Amino acid sequence: MADLSPLDHLTRLLARVPGLGPRSARRAVLCLVKRRETLLLPLMEALKTVAEEVRVCSVCGNLDTRDPCALCTNPKRERHVLCVVEDVADLWALERSHAFHGLYHVLGGTLSALEGIRPEDLRLDSLTRRVGEGEIQEVILALNATLEGQTTAHYVSERLAPLGVKVSRLAQGLPVGGELDYLDDGTLTAALNARRTWS
Amino acid sequence: MPSTAASPCPALEEEPRALAVLELTLRAFRSYREARLTVDRSPVVLTGPNGSGKTNLLEAISLLAPGRGLRRAGGGDLQCRTSAEPWAVAAHVETSAGIVALGTGRDPEGSPTGRRVLRVDGRPVSSQQALGEHVAVAWITPTMDRLLAEGPGARRKLLDRLAASFDPAHGGRVQRYERALRERLRLLRDGVADTTWLGALENDLAQTGVAIAAARRHLVRQLQAVMPETTSAFPQAELALEGLAEEALDRTPALVVEDHFREALASARREDAAQGLSSIGPHRSDLRVTHPVHACLAAHCSTGEQKALLVAIVLAYTRVVTRTRGLAPLVLLDDIAAHLDSLRRAALFEELTSLGVQAWLTGTDPEVFAPFVAAGAQPWTVDSRGLMADTLYR
Repeated sequence: MADLSPLDHLTRLLARVPGLGPRSARRAVLCLVKRRETLLLPLMEALKTVAEEVRVCSVCGNLDTRDPCALCTNPKRERHVLCVVEDVADLWALERSHAFHGLYHVLGGTLSALEGIRPEDLRLDSLTRRVGEGEIQEVILALNATLEGQTTAHYVSERLAPLGVKVSRLAQGLPVGGELDYLDDGTLTAALNARRTWS
Repeated sequence: MPSTAASPCPALEEEPRALAVLELTLRAFRSYREARLTVDRSPVVLTGPNGSGKTNLLEAISLLAPGRGLRRAGGGDLQCRTSAEPWAVAAHVETSAGIVALGTGRDPEGSPTGRRVLRVDGRPVSSQQALGEHVAVAWITPTMDRLLAEGPGARRKLLDRLAASFDPAHGGRVQRYERALRERLRLLRDGVADTTWLGALENDLAQTGVAIAAARRHLVRQLQAVMPETTSAFPQAELALEGLAEEALDRTPALVVEDHFREALASARREDAAQGLSSIGPHRSDLRVTHPVHACLAAHCSTGEQKALLVAIVLAYTRVVTRTRGLAPLVLLDDIAAHLDSLRRAALFEELTSLGVQAWLTGTDPEVFAPFVAAGAQPWTVDSRGLMADTLYR
């Protein structure tokens, strides 16, 4: 690694970022070098700030420059609804939708025996502690429909059952703009099972 | 990968009876650095010496449907060793929706053994299910010659591959089920006595497992129903699915079977942990194939009879797909003449012609296929010089 030029070193580092391969990393490096003043230096500054100031919220697991994070301390958020997500990226996705106004809890992964991720590796104790405090009336499990996501959802619901809190999960079925003819059998069955009364 | 966005193939005038590859383009694929084959709807016969690349062409076509193709090869194996370009297969396929451009290949951004990328009409698609909406393929290769005599795993794979033609989500369900099995077994082997975690996995296993069993059962019933239509020299194979879930579905609603399966999994934990295996579920089921004349299991028949039974199953599948999807599937028959006598070869050619299917057949001896070519099949020679439309027959 010591023999690498600074450009190669940067390319190799960027190629380790999810979504970037070696070719797109090279393109990114070229772009940064060409746009030194408008992109490279501001990016450098932004990376430095993130590295020094962003931390994990000790309450919900979100990323922010302060702890507790801006979401946890926002008095306008509904404090009786808690949305459980796998990762901060899922929290961001829900925030982009502007559809949820409650609080979050980031598990930090999903259960996977094959990958060695066990209950003690997830933020489950802090979840039960938060729910046990009594203010939360509903927990929404917003986990992926994958095997690991649904296993974890099942597990979390069982852990919360003794606390008597309402536990719900995201609906599965017809996507917005979707056509029935194009749905696979599993999605169509899920949509039928999760049907709602016309109101 | 070669561009698949624009179709150079004009729409054919008559309504199609079968899926048909009209153009196949390979780049850096197996033994081919570059190759293009343009054909019509008729069956295609590829002849040439051993190792000339005939099976590679069939494998390329098999990759146009969901799955890992007829050799179940990894991405690294598909790469041409003499080319630095990433491998790619593109085809224009005539479907009921018109001519569709399908493409698959190695992601230029990914590792040499990395994930395949897929394109439909020039647009990237993330799931192999999208291919299944356009293409259904069945194949028989020499490696399947002992499929009816070996362990049940290969027969389950055959059933699952065929079932995915009718329900593109079936393959994903099988993968999910197998992963859940491995997760549960890991917990049991590691001595993790977390009943909540095990219960969550067993719940998923029950749901997906019963769905898999139901799809296989439905397929076998459909195949059996059309089997009498095979009036040629091929035996009308008697098919039966053996498995607790499959048999329970005959007399009990699926939701009840799910409950029973879930309870059975919970009861079997101790035994499974001790034995280090998963003792119950559709991963233990078997397709029993019986020869109707000899009244014995296929495993006890001669190699030639086993091959004939396998052909009968593929012909039945072709009929079922034709009825349910409106078009016959592509049929790939690698070195099909081996183990079939001249009577059965003639019968096979007749069946394929009457079904109107675009079959792709390979062999080393052009003489064997002469009657088929005389009936309209397109002969191609594959040798060290490449691919050539064969004029020797005409």
